[in-house]
Amino acid sequence: MADATPVRVVLAKLGLDGHDRGLKVVARMLRDGGMEVIYLGLRQTTSSIIDAVEQEDADVVGISMLNAGHLTLGPLMVDALADAGLDVPVVIGGIVPDEDLPTLAAAGVAGVLGPGSPAADVVACVRAAVAGRGR
Amino acid sequence: MANPDSRPDSDSGPGFRTLSGIPVDSVYGDGPLPGEFPYTRGVHAEMYRSRLWTMRMFAGFGTAGDTNARFHELLRAGGTGLSTAFDMPTLMGRDSDHSWALGEVGRAGVAVDTVEDMVDLFAGIDLGAVSTSMTINGPAPILLAMYVAVAEEAGVERARLSGTLQNDILKEYQAQKEYVFPPRPSVRLVTDVIRFTTAEMPRWNPVSISGYHIREAGSTAAHELAFTLANGFAYVEAAMAAGLAVDDFAPRLSFFFNSHNDFFEEVGKFRAARRIWATWMRDRYGATDERSLKLRFHTQTAGVSLTAQQPEVNIARVALQAMAGVMGGTQSLHTDSHDEALALPSEEAARIALRTQQVIAHETGVAHVADPLGGSHYVEWMTDEMERRATDVFVHLEDLGGGSILEGVYAGIESGWFAGEIADAAYRYEREVNAGERIVVGVNAFTEGNDAERAKLLRIGQDTEDLQLKRLAGVKQARDDRAVADSLRRIVADAGDPTTNLMPALMDSVRVRTTVGEIVEALEGVFGTYVEQAVI
Amino acid sequence: MAPVADRTVPELVAAARGGELRATARLLTFVERGGDLAEQVAEATHRHVGNAHVIGLTGPPGSGKSTLTAVWTIQLAEEGRRPAVLAVDPSSPLTGGAILGDRVRMAAATAAGVFIRSMATRGHAGGLALAVPGMVRVLDIAGFDPVIVETVGVGQVEVDVTAATDTAVVVVTPGMGDAVQANKAGLLEVADLFAVNKSDRPDAVDVRRDLELMLDLSKLTGHGRPDAVARPTIVSTVATTGRGVAELADAVDSHLAALLNAGLLEARREVRRRAEVRSHLEHLVLAASAAAVEAAFGAAADAAETADEPPGVTARRLAERLLTNPGS
Ligand SMILES: Nc1nc2c(ncn2[C@@H]2O[C@H](COP(=O)(O)OP(=O)(O)O)[C@@H](O)[C@H]2O)c(=O)[nH]1
Ligand SMILES: [Mg+2]
Repeated sequence: MADATPVRVVLAKLGLDGHDRGLKVVARMLRDGGMEVIYLGLRQTTSSIIDAVEQEDADVVGISMLNAGHLTLGPLMVDALADAGLDVPVVIGGIVPDEDLPTLAAAGVAGVLGPGSPAADVVACVRAAVAGRGR
Repeated sequence: MANPDSRPDSDSGPGFRTLSGIPVDSVYGDGPLPGEFPYTRGVHAEMYRSRLWTMRMFAGFGTAGDTNARFHELLRAGGTGLSTAFDMPTLMGRDSDHSWALGEVGRAGVAVDTVEDMVDLFAGIDLGAVSTSMTINGPAPILLAMYVAVAEEAGVERARLSGTLQNDILKEYQAQKEYVFPPRPSVRLVTDVIRFTTAEMPRWNPVSISGYHIREAGSTAAHELAFTLANGFAYVEAAMAAGLAVDDFAPRLSFFFNSHNDFFEEVGKFRAARRIWATWMRDRYGATDERSLKLRFHTQTAGVSLTAQQPEVNIARVALQAMAGVMGGTQSLHTDSHDEALALPSEEAARIALRTQQVIAHETGVAHVADPLGGSHYVEWMTDEMERRATDVFVHLEDLGGGSILEGVYAGIESGWFAGEIADAAYRYEREVNAGERIVVGVNAFTEGNDAERAKLLRIGQDTEDLQLKRLAGVKQARDDRAVADSLRRIVADAGDPTTNLMPALMDSVRVRTTVGEIVEALEGVFGTYVEQAVI
Repeated sequence: MAPVADRTVPELVAAARGGELRATARLLTFVERGGDLAEQVAEATHRHVGNAHVIGLTGPPGSGKSTLTAVWTIQLAEEGRRPAVLAVDPSSPLTGGAILGDRVRMAAATAAGVFIRSMATRGHAGGLALAVPGMVRVLDIAGFDPVIVETVGVGQVEVDVTAATDTAVVVVTPGMGDAVQANKAGLLEVADLFAVNKSDRPDAVDVRRDLELMLDLSKLTGHGRPDAVARPTIVSTVATTGRGVAELADAVDSHLAALLNAGLLEARREVRRRAEVRSHLEHLVLAASAAAVEAAFGAAADAAETADEPPGVTARRLAERLLTNPGS
């Protein structure tokens, strides 16, 4: 059953790539996990995501991206939020090789979800990211 | 050494015999045979005996110069078909200096901003002697115009050019989402290309109607079949409405399908595709030329089926999927590299993928007999079942479109019906895997060995982007800005008149070095920009 | 500036009135969640409200509300106004989660500076009726005008929410018997204005005709909004190209002017206030009665007391006990 106040997640795809199968599957997993997904869809920029996070008072941001974009776009998103003074964790989805995980963690990325992650992991990862932040 | 491209000949070699020497016929069974209407069993009587499928592999990354070097290698190795992948900004009709392009220039394909890049891409290649396939949709007419311009600047007439433009915009709204303009003006562009190539480029395939991406986005096999054929019918209706005679252009329509894990389902899908197309083209659209009725298709193995866990297992998946494509009678085949779930394919993985096709072609003997599975109770039932399910979709679309498939497809896009069906199927699959109801080897079962070191990844550096930006700035510097502005004005005027073919205006514009992005923006001013239908 | 999390409600209200979006967003969160903080927000805002033109926009899913809202609010922003949108979508009754997708179609509006807030209905019946007016008040005191509330016109709650505005716009489209559906859903009775969207479709004239017919009929039968200033205007729009949107905006403005002229705006707002009091009352009473039922039922839960009689009889005995001494 639902929590008293559902977690609010802003979900978006950064970059030009139009493959949104993963993003849509994750949106449904989070909905079915009792969360409110504010879906921005394709071709978002850090600034359009920040506008949404601010207006929606979101608890967490989930972004997905094309192959090999994670090392640049992940930290870019984290920094952009920090620069905007928004204390909101970032979870990224995509093909991320293990060797890049420490770099992303060091850059402040709160969680990484690979393709085909089970629903329970997806929901748990987002919850953990939210729990890691004081509010 | 054996020549891998020619077929063994019964007189000089082992001929069409089994491994142990038993001679085999070219086909078994009776009823409509391969090469006979409705072509369920294949479009040629002799199938792979007369000609093997084309083993087509994708190339294209970095700058036009990088890709050109690869092309030359390929041609030296005896290839005759060049396959071009463009980078994301080009696919979206944006120049390398657009803010969207940051970090994506030359990453997933070659960057083309102006005709100068196209010149580099094909430098030193006789375009009259090769066949070029270009995977591009939204800005496809512009890229075609550039290709023709390059050829003509090199003295090759357009009538001699041979190749394929993907140019299948409808599936972009349904699945791949690389669109620029709204559906109706986009289909007008597709029709303009069909009119242009039909009149002036008789050896060119103006559209490759693609189910591949629909399947990758998560659809079922039956929906891949149904949506793709519906899109095909939609283009036929649009071209006929534009005044073309069906037999003038239909022989040049080709298809592109996915081959996934469920072997018999895939084979049934391919067989049903041929039967439905032939029947509809003849009975509904009045085609009489045999070539209009024959559905020819390219196949690629299912990228989504590749797992990051135990990537070597993907070699087995790809081999079985490729086998389904061959059993289904494909005209050409691309096999995925086993490391593609991780990143761009490494050279070694790409070689194994090609070798897989060669094993099927030359060692297994499956190419000796046309439609070797025909007559199997299961395969025939599956073929019928695929057809039945596809027909349900056609009925629904005709309903939506008041009797027109084209209008039905528009309505299905606008209401998000296609995207919704695809998203539902994708989610259903994911849930089944999650729940362990569907086994994926190495993912939710048989996971011993998953900790093995992961494959090395190919990374592309920043230099490409810098180089391309310099190049673009240089071209803009050197061109005649007034001519560019004039050509854009003409494009805007022609775009405003749906009866005018835009191709001539595009040709003139790319010749004066207008960029892809400039043309796209001018057209957006007339056509508008498409915003996705958020069906989640 | 202290992070929003460290500030009191009055501080946040002051900041929101000063134009700080983040403070506004946090206040909206408080109101949406309900409870103590929501009451504090109500306390701190109710004296400052009344400047925003509150517009309800409803219609069937897919009728083009979000597309319309995007074009409309961009035009308003270009005229120097500060529109805000509250986009309401249903929660999943099973999981309480929701996918809120309205921002996709309103990306250009976001870029043009329009403030958009998505909200889910969050299951609890009537919760929407409590939260929406409070959230509209927050947007009002934050200086937004107009405030557009977009709901999917399917249920009674959504109809009520739309009715609880200064101007109610109902969107219908050709082809799917929308006008008839709207009639069934009770939307015709709350509409001040109709937008026949997707008027690029050939059958758009039919919807217009259906609407006119139904309006004629409802006039005869005496239905319709009791505080209507005029027969509802019908505007044809094509949200995807922007055609007719300026006319819609004008018609909405004219409706407000007509309300003011007729002295009906204050009356409408008074009705709304009373309805809101009623919603709160219902909510409080329901919550209290739920607690009382729980208590009475818990006390009677042992099998010995209930085994020999039919369930209905047990319930009646418990209810009598409960209603005669409600304190216990
Ligand atoms: N043809 C046409 N399509 C429209 C029009 N307005 C909206 N649409 C399309 O209708 C679909 C649903 O629009 P949306 O704004 O999301 O509807 P909502 O669910 O009511 O908010 C989208 O595909 C829009 O592009 C219109 O005036 N004409
Ligand atoms: Mg909407």
